[in-house]
Amino acid sequence: MTRSALRGSPPERLRWRPASPPRSPRRQVWRSRLYRLDVNGSPYLYVAPFFLLFGVFGLFPMIYTALISTTAWSPRRPGSEDVSVGLDNYRALLSDDNFWNALLNTVGIGLVSTVPQLLLALGIAHLLNYRLRGRLFLRMGVLVPYVTSVAAVALIFNQIFARDFGLLNWVLSPFTDAPIDWRASKAASWFAVSVMVTWHWTGYNALIYLAAMQTIPFDLYESAAIDGAGRWRQLWSITVPSLRPTIIFTAIVSTVGALQLFVEPFLFDTTRNHNGGAEREFQTVVLYLYQQFWTNGRYGYAAAIAWTLFLITVVIVLVNFLLVRRIRSADG
Amino acid sequence: MRSAQRRALVGLLTVTALTLAACSSGGDSGGDPNAPVTLTINVFGDNFSLPADRSLYDEYERTHTNVKIVENRSDFGAHHQNLQARLTAGSGTADLEVIEVGQIAGYVGQPDKFVNYLDQGVDAGQWTPAIVARASTADHKALIGLPTDIGGLAMCYRTDLFAQAGLPTNRDEVSALWRTWQAYVDTGNRFLSRAPANVKWFDAGGHVFTGVLGNEKETFYDGAGELIVERNPAVRAAWDLTVGAIKAGQSAALPEFTPEWNTGFQQGQFATVTCPAWMMGYIRSNAAQTAGKWDIATIPGGSGNWGGSYVTVPSQGKNTAAAVELAKWLTAPEQNVKIFKTIGNFPSQKSTWTMPEVADFVSDFFANAPAGKIFPASLANAPAQVVGPQSGIIGQTFSDALNSVEQGTDPNTAWTNAMNDIKAATGTG
Repeated sequence: MTRSALRGSPPERLRWRPASPPRSPRRQVWRSRLYRLDVNGSPYLYVAPFFLLFGVFGLFPMIYTALISTTAWSPRRPGSEDVSVGLDNYRALLSDDNFWNALLNTVGIGLVSTVPQLLLALGIAHLLNYRLRGRLFLRMGVLVPYVTSVAAVALIFNQIFARDFGLLNWVLSPFTDAPIDWRASKAASWFAVSVMVTWHWTGYNALIYLAAMQTIPFDLYESAAIDGAGRWRQLWSITVPSLRPTIIFTAIVSTVGALQLFVEPFLFDTTRNHNGGAEREFQTVVLYLYQQFWTNGRYGYAAAIAWTLFLITVVIVLVNFLLVRRIRSADG
Repeated sequence: MRSAQRRALVGLLTVTALTLAACSSGGDSGGDPNAPVTLTINVFGDNFSLPADRSLYDEYERTHTNVKIVENRSDFGAHHQNLQARLTAGSGTADLEVIEVGQIAGYVGQPDKFVNYLDQGVDAGQWTPAIVARASTADHKALIGLPTDIGGLAMCYRTDLFAQAGLPTNRDEVSALWRTWQAYVDTGNRFLSRAPANVKWFDAGGHVFTGVLGNEKETFYDGAGELIVERNPAVRAAWDLTVGAIKAGQSAALPEFTPEWNTGFQQGQFATVTCPAWMMGYIRSNAAQTAGKWDIATIPGGSGNWGGSYVTVPSQGKNTAAAVELAKWLTAPEQNVKIFKTIGNFPSQKSTWTMPEVADFVSDFFANAPAGKIFPASLANAPAQVVGPQSGIIGQTFSDALNSVEQGTDPNTAWTNAMNDIKAATGTG
């Protein structure tokens, strides 16, 4: 209805222009066609830049990577890029202990970093939501670790986690017999890498929670306070339930980020072959991919790792998504 | 079909590149040697290959007024990775690229990507056949790199720590302590029994391992280019000796080229370090406060070579002629001597070894040790080592594996892991 009304309007406006020549019916048809094209087509034109960029930088690399993953391409063996080996790389990957070790490390570090990180972020956001002196300063302050480059963070943390003259071992020295070699065991190295990740991302998540918290009506807190609920009780009974969609969003984003963890273990590593620890204690999947690609020059195998990781990520996100739907329907 | 597509793409790129070259250079391709030209050179590390200050480049620019040199220096790993990526992509390399000796064999397999110096009037007889062979194809028809320095091996040791442990400090007496590597490990046990607290015998097991293998002709590959690392008794013997020393508590377990390693030099966490000539410069710049506490003895076994680099000219560059001229100049005897005197990298040019400037050189940082005599002696005895495409990565795999032993991994497990890693790095797939 609106559309036909719109279509009728231009000639009415033009009627008052005396100099305008009589309009030929052919021209009117042409105009209306153009107009329809504008209405129906422009939205596609507006979103086209994204899809063009996505095609060039997202879709094409993905398809090309899939193609490479079916070859044994290595720059050290000229011509190897043209010989297909089918799914051999994927088959080899499934029986590759180092890949499973990397996956275990990725999931492990992911859990050790994501869970405390989101809990901490929630707590910090809750505190920042109160009327505090210098609130803006504090709110900006929690974002500082996020805007600091990871390389700079790693530099500092490598000092903290140094074995012989490290800050943390110095603090712990009264309680331990020998200084802890933070790269020598899975537990210690996972902890060290997770601390780096948590440091980097907590402030970011806290700000997202804070933004969501400000949409919660203040009356709820007021009446809760009147009913005698303390701040802790308010957090668990009002804030957390209202934040559920936001919490789910941050959980999904953090999960995807954790699966792709690379920079922190890469910079924490002291082996020159990118082993992620002398015995691959903290080699994540992406670091393993990097090692196979760069150190070993196995382009095909690295591409297979990339695609396998992609599929794993999709599965985990789908599971997440289903959980989200369940929680939502439980709400309703 | 994909191959056809690639060929089309390559064709298109070539046409574009040729058009651009034709537009931009004009008469340049005619070979006017005085046309202004900017040469880029990619270098790795602090001082390992070429001095980090611009002294050499400035000198070249003074005598070649049309040339401007721009250096880009990056981390060892990133440097070689980027080089491989740019060679594969067919664009983006600098006019000159420095390649480390452990990595050069991987590039020798791609000779069409580099200018062949044998076509450029280079006399390969300036260097020992072993050095030249490493940067040459198997048929000796192409030479892709000109050697800058060579890492003749010696043993650097802390005289102050030796004195505290009751060991002799005079360099000849110290050299006599370790004619063999077994004697070196035995001396280590003697040292540890009376050493100051928290001072170890050496920095990292990987360096002992490298040193032991420095006396061998065939290590990871045999003369036919076959991978023999797993069945070579010399490799296993070097491994066992190193593991024994680690188990005896001799290693400070400091991975090389890390901040912790540098701290170890500064704090005196170890008394000896396997010492190629370039290590003199490394210790000097990273632990300046230890000046005078060091001395240099001969290496156990008497010979060895660790490190050194080559200057290459990728053939994709636009100024290959000018780049070759600069490469020749940078690796000429006069420049070799200058580099030796400023940063300690030992000249690869044989003719310089008898020059008084080199032969009579003593290092004040190392208690006036006659470095100019120690390193040539080590090189003269060194076997012409066989290097294969992945020698560098294999050596690093052993360093990592020995580091895991230092961290408590069972040596047999570490050996098995290392063998699997080597198969992954050298196999197909």
